[in-house]
Amino acid sequence: MKYIDEFRNPELVKKLLAEIRQTVTRPWVIMEICGGQTHSILKNGIDQMLPQEIELVHGPGCPVCVTPLELIDQAIAIARQENVIFTSFGDMLRVPGSHSDLFQARSEGADVRMVYSPLEALNLARQNPDKEVVFFAVGFETTAPGNAMAVFQAHKEGLKNFSELVSHVLVPPAMEALLQSPQNRVNAYLAAGHVCAVMGWWEYEPIAEKYKVPIVPTGFEPVDILKGILAAVRQLERGEHRVENQYGRAVTREGNKAAQAIVNRVFEVTDRKWRGIGTIPRSGLKLRAEFKDYDAALKFSVGDLHTEEPAICISGLILQGLKKPNECPAFGKQCTPRTPLGATMVSSEGACAAYYRYHRFKNE
Amino acid sequence: MSQPDFSQFSCPLPKTDYDTIQMAHGAGGRMSADLIERVFMPVFGNPTLEKLEDQATLSFGNHRLAFSTDSFVVSPVFFPGGTIGELAVNGTVNDLAMSGAEPKVLSVGFILEEGLPIADLHEILLSMRRAADFAGVQIVTGDTKVVNKGHCDKIFINTSGIGVIPEKVHISAHRIQPGDKIILSGTIADHGMAVMSVREGLSFESVIQSDTAALNHLVHEMLNVSTEVHAMRDPTRGGLATTLNELAQASQIGVRIVEDRIPVREEVKAACEILGIDPLYVANEGKLVAFVAPEVADAMLEAMRKNPLGKDAAIIGEAVSQHPRKVVMENIYGVERIIDMPVGEQLPRIC
Repeated sequence: MKYIDEFRNPELVKKLLAEIRQTVTRPWVIMEICGGQTHSILKNGIDQMLPQEIELVHGPGCPVCVTPLELIDQAIAIARQENVIFTSFGDMLRVPGSHSDLFQARSEGADVRMVYSPLEALNLARQNPDKEVVFFAVGFETTAPGNAMAVFQAHKEGLKNFSELVSHVLVPPAMEALLQSPQNRVNAYLAAGHVCAVMGWWEYEPIAEKYKVPIVPTGFEPVDILKGILAAVRQLERGEHRVENQYGRAVTREGNKAAQAIVNRVFEVTDRKWRGIGTIPRSGLKLRAEFKDYDAALKFSVGDLHTEEPAICISGLILQGLKKPNECPAFGKQCTPRTPLGATMVSSEGACAAYYRYHRFKNE
Repeated sequence: MSQPDFSQFSCPLPKTDYDTIQMAHGAGGRMSADLIERVFMPVFGNPTLEKLEDQATLSFGNHRLAFSTDSFVVSPVFFPGGTIGELAVNGTVNDLAMSGAEPKVLSVGFILEEGLPIADLHEILLSMRRAADFAGVQIVTGDTKVVNKGHCDKIFINTSGIGVIPEKVHISAHRIQPGDKIILSGTIADHGMAVMSVREGLSFESVIQSDTAALNHLVHEMLNVSTEVHAMRDPTRGGLATTLNELAQASQIGVRIVEDRIPVREEVKAACEILGIDPLYVANEGKLVAFVAPEVADAMLEAMRKNPLGKDAAIIGEAVSQHPRKVVMENIYGVERIIDMPVGEQLPRIC
């Protein structure tokens, strides 16, 4: 496959691993931010190929995992309302709320549909003028431009039956919050390549400077990830700390200006609660007042939702790199993809799901 | 405002059991297996059914018959490379053929939705006739019901079939031995991605064609080489990964496969990449996977490759005594990982 096979080339992978081995002299903890990177690392066995000195820990970059429980309950409550077509990306459908999930709501008669793009949801709104079409707008900076565009288009067309339930989160504030934690172990970040493709990497420069951590925008294929690790290790060994782009084929310093413009036009920065972590200041996006007619949270009254979050799983420790999924006593026992105790096991991008799928062999 | 506290990250206890049928119960993965085990088996269980093969094997005097049934609800009913009718014929023919049986006769039951164009029905019937002629089976009995508009999706088809198992042929998961070679008859994930690309309106440079085909002639040619075919399945719903897991569990033996020996078409690979879907879990409708005695594997592979339906056949791995009941795959970097059963439907990722 063109443009992919090159970045999976076993010879190149071997060469990069050898270079990393030659460069590293002492232990380093490197966090990959994005769940997509976590999956690639585990699927390809990159963690098993790296020299022992390098420990990879898995960041909070899984939108499904960090979406607050209240919001999932709210989504289910809206989906159950008469006359609503509730649309979502596929992997949100299986995330459990307090009592059920969107799949179950669908089996009980709710009109829940999986879409690949919010613009598909917008099309549904055009085709079904007598229905209310709601899109579950979750995700990081990657999905924000599309979700902003859908609202912008609806506004432009005067479409009244489209709205979004918004829970967007932003990566840089979470990276800072992690570094501020007294238990922080992270020496360097592999920044999420797709987020950087949209936002560029200029935002990370003050973080690298302030906390003295190398930050390396990194792609998703084995060669990309090893290039990112090599760049991070080189900086760490030399005592450097700067932003060093290793995903040149997709990422520029300034990012995608058009995408940023539409995000800024429709959304504004807000404090945002992250599931189980709590509120991180200025870490999310919400619809600007001008677009409040498209805010499903305002449009639909769902009454008082009583959410239940029994504290069993250790996802918080995993997200800080303090624990690995297989160190959780419930991992692979009470907690499996079929019976997940936490969103990190439900989501295909969650670290626990990745360990379960790809890693059990080594650990049994 | 309180400080964000990562140590307090906690998650809800999700439902572990649904009390209504979910789509994932029909996806061929773990939830399907659970439904069979917990709901169907306690009521219907008997020694024949409990073998959990794709067909029942019945003895009448010196004769052994294979009997199987399958229902087809695919949407859209016409897709690149086939129709729901061809699937219905080939699906039951293949379920019979996987026991080594020579399929002889089929029954067909139709559930038709009010408003279905007769021209569409006719086209589906013609495609079924063609598929039956190719496989050498006769459709000998049938039934038709019509339901109100909206009570089914255009047309649902059930087929059942009977085949005769030749002497000396004994194919069952229980015969798998460590050392058996695993032969896959061709590229994986063609059918699932063909249907998904039409359903989701995704278009790629070249149209992905379903691989729907009757495999009984290919099986016949394999058995002419040797009857040392120990187990055989067609990896339909749930894909190759699910089938290998089922066989590993039924035989209590480990399965080891090598990633870059598994043939996948370039366009199928690309479609899977875009949607974030693993081709190992995607449905096939014209492929088989066979566990054969190592000494006959090469000759059998050679024979299979002479048949157009087996031209891409490959030995993808072997049965091993290590890691019983588990499927392990070695990737292109030599790292091994577990290939698990899927839970339910594969879901496209957010980003």
